[in-house]
Amino acid sequence: MSARVRNNVVVTGRVGAPVVMLAHGFGCDQNMWRLVAPALARDFRVVLFDHVGAGGSDLSAWDADRYSRLDAYAEDVLEICRELDLDDVVFVGHSVSAMIGVLAAIEDPARIARLVLLTPSPRYIDDGDYRGGFSPADIDELLASLESNYLGWSAQIAPMIMGNPDRPELGQELTNSFCRTDPAIARVFARTTFLSDNRADLESVRVPTLVIECVQDAIAPREVGAYVQARVPGARLVTLDATGHCPQLSAPEATTEAIASFAAVTT
Amino acid sequence: MMCQNGCGPDRGGAADEAAARFSALLEDSAEDLYENAPCGYLSTMLDGRIARINATLLGWLGRSREELVGVARFADLLTVGGRIYHETHFAPLLRMQGSISGIALELVAADGSRLPVLVSAMVKTGADGAPLLIRATVFDARDRRAYEQELLRARQQADRERDQVQQLATTLQRTLLPPRLPDVPGMAVAAHYHHASPDQVGGDFYDLFPLAADRWGFFLGDVCGKGADAAAVTSLTRYTLRAAAAYDDDPVAVLTNLNTVLGQEFAGETPRFCTVIYGSLTTTHDGAAVTLAAGGHPPALLVGADGAARFIDTPGGQLVGALTHARFTTATMRLRPGDTLLLYTDGLIEARTGRDTGPGRRYDETALLDHVHALAPISAPALITALVDLLEEFGEGLDDDVALLTLGVPRDEPGTTP
Repeated sequence: MSARVRNNVVVTGRVGAPVVMLAHGFGCDQNMWRLVAPALARDFRVVLFDHVGAGGSDLSAWDADRYSRLDAYAEDVLEICRELDLDDVVFVGHSVSAMIGVLAAIEDPARIARLVLLTPSPRYIDDGDYRGGFSPADIDELLASLESNYLGWSAQIAPMIMGNPDRPELGQELTNSFCRTDPAIARVFARTTFLSDNRADLESVRVPTLVIECVQDAIAPREVGAYVQARVPGARLVTLDATGHCPQLSAPEATTEAIASFAAVTT
Repeated sequence: MMCQNGCGPDRGGAADEAAARFSALLEDSAEDLYENAPCGYLSTMLDGRIARINATLLGWLGRSREELVGVARFADLLTVGGRIYHETHFAPLLRMQGSISGIALELVAADGSRLPVLVSAMVKTGADGAPLLIRATVFDARDRRAYEQELLRARQQADRERDQVQQLATTLQRTLLPPRLPDVPGMAVAAHYHHASPDQVGGDFYDLFPLAADRWGFFLGDVCGKGADAAAVTSLTRYTLRAAAAYDDDPVAVLTNLNTVLGQEFAGETPRFCTVIYGSLTTTHDGAAVTLAAGGHPPALLVGADGAARFIDTPGGQLVGALTHARFTTATMRLRPGDTLLLYTDGLIEARTGRDTGPGRRYDETALLDHVHALAPISAPALITALVDLLEEFGEGLDDDVALLTLGVPRDEPGTTP
């Protein structure tokens, strides 16, 4: 199967311009970028995609074992680059995709030549002096609530899952929703996301890196942004005057500006 | 109340009084309805900071207005799991859609207790369309959640039981098939079993086993039905055939023995029968001599070294176990280098196929012969590989189990001694 189909790859923007690849995090799909992608498309070649298991990706390609490692997602990213013959990509990874970008850039810095880590966290759980923002019990609670309460988590898409042969328009409407995820897949992705520890990978990054954080972020607090900047050699840090974990939605202009000015610098 | 045209004097008095009371209730209600509504009301700034909250919700939370308004964010009221859900799903969806409804979350009250709720929210925009604030309604969902938990428990139980059934079926199926085929000197042999359903033990079976230094017995068949009953017949059939083969060289005698055993075993009950081809094979210096005996089974197919392909007819053979005195017919042949013999069950020739032959058509013996003819000559393992590909092509059209067994004599290769 082609990676293009598997990952629902969408390419827009200026032909021949530097490539900016936008990778969504845990939760929704490439629609997360819809407030920043059009602006970026004026000056860049913009590559959007869905991770396997999310959005319009090919769900038959999803496998619980394979996709319980972030390396698998990084392999997919590099496969997309190879298939589209992309080099010198500026990879913008939101949330968990920031670490996926880190892994891909370590593996193949010729393809992933620059990194933008948007609200990244290399580890969500506190560990000794390290403050990830969550205790092991918090994450256990999240995972337990996912394991035992998928009706709650799938409230948004339950009618679609159950099938609505008599109300096809309902299925259609939900199909177009951007945060739909099979609860079984969401549980595995949540586990992979929130239990991963990529702190040791940060210092192996050899490509220019920009860290973007928000002043107030419940998932990736500012200590974590500072930690990532300190560990990735030569990384720069931009703190947006925005709240929440998704500045591409809550502060799209500032986010676009930060990405564009970093991506426009010729190295 | 205005009294205009058509309002006669007989409509005054008591009616006016009632209307006045009703009106007074309505006038009083706006603020009271907000504060003491049967659901929680919450308004927040775009960044989630609580701007207004009603008394009902404060009561559920066990908090005062001063503790929350202007201080806490909506996400602060949630469990950690809910907070992550809020950041990764709720807030993005609300931002992109402008509204979101029926999201199941849990509030944490001042005393640490949790309240399952359903939250709906919408973004209030100004005249210019710019988002101003977020309004949310919060419904108590304790009963609903308890009911969902029951459903969930039942579903998990059902999932576990299905897993157990599948595991049982898989284990049982394994015992009914040889774990691997033995090496037959001078021959290449291969087999494949396609399971139509993970929940049920299939009724197809095959085996290949040594009888003497240069003699081998083999069989392939199909027990009527599926599941536990069929598995019992398959098990009995397999062991009977093996025992009978050791006892008698004649393939017809082997099938007759099986016919008697099945007839006796299931006498008086639902009759149990099967179709089967039993064969004996003697290897020689230049190939193998094969005798087949068939009882009601689709004919074996011989794929020749010369590129020909033909069915080995064993006409008139009757179902095994159905009649007290069943008749079985035999065929003999020689397999020479490059020849391959194929045994299969009817799942293969009854697959539904929409390809080339029109919708709803079944794959049939003619189609199988043409397919194999196009492949000829072909080795035993390569033929199995090709047929497994064919089974995959059938996809949904294949709704029955399929057993395949091939026996071939490898071609003479220059520089090797036979």
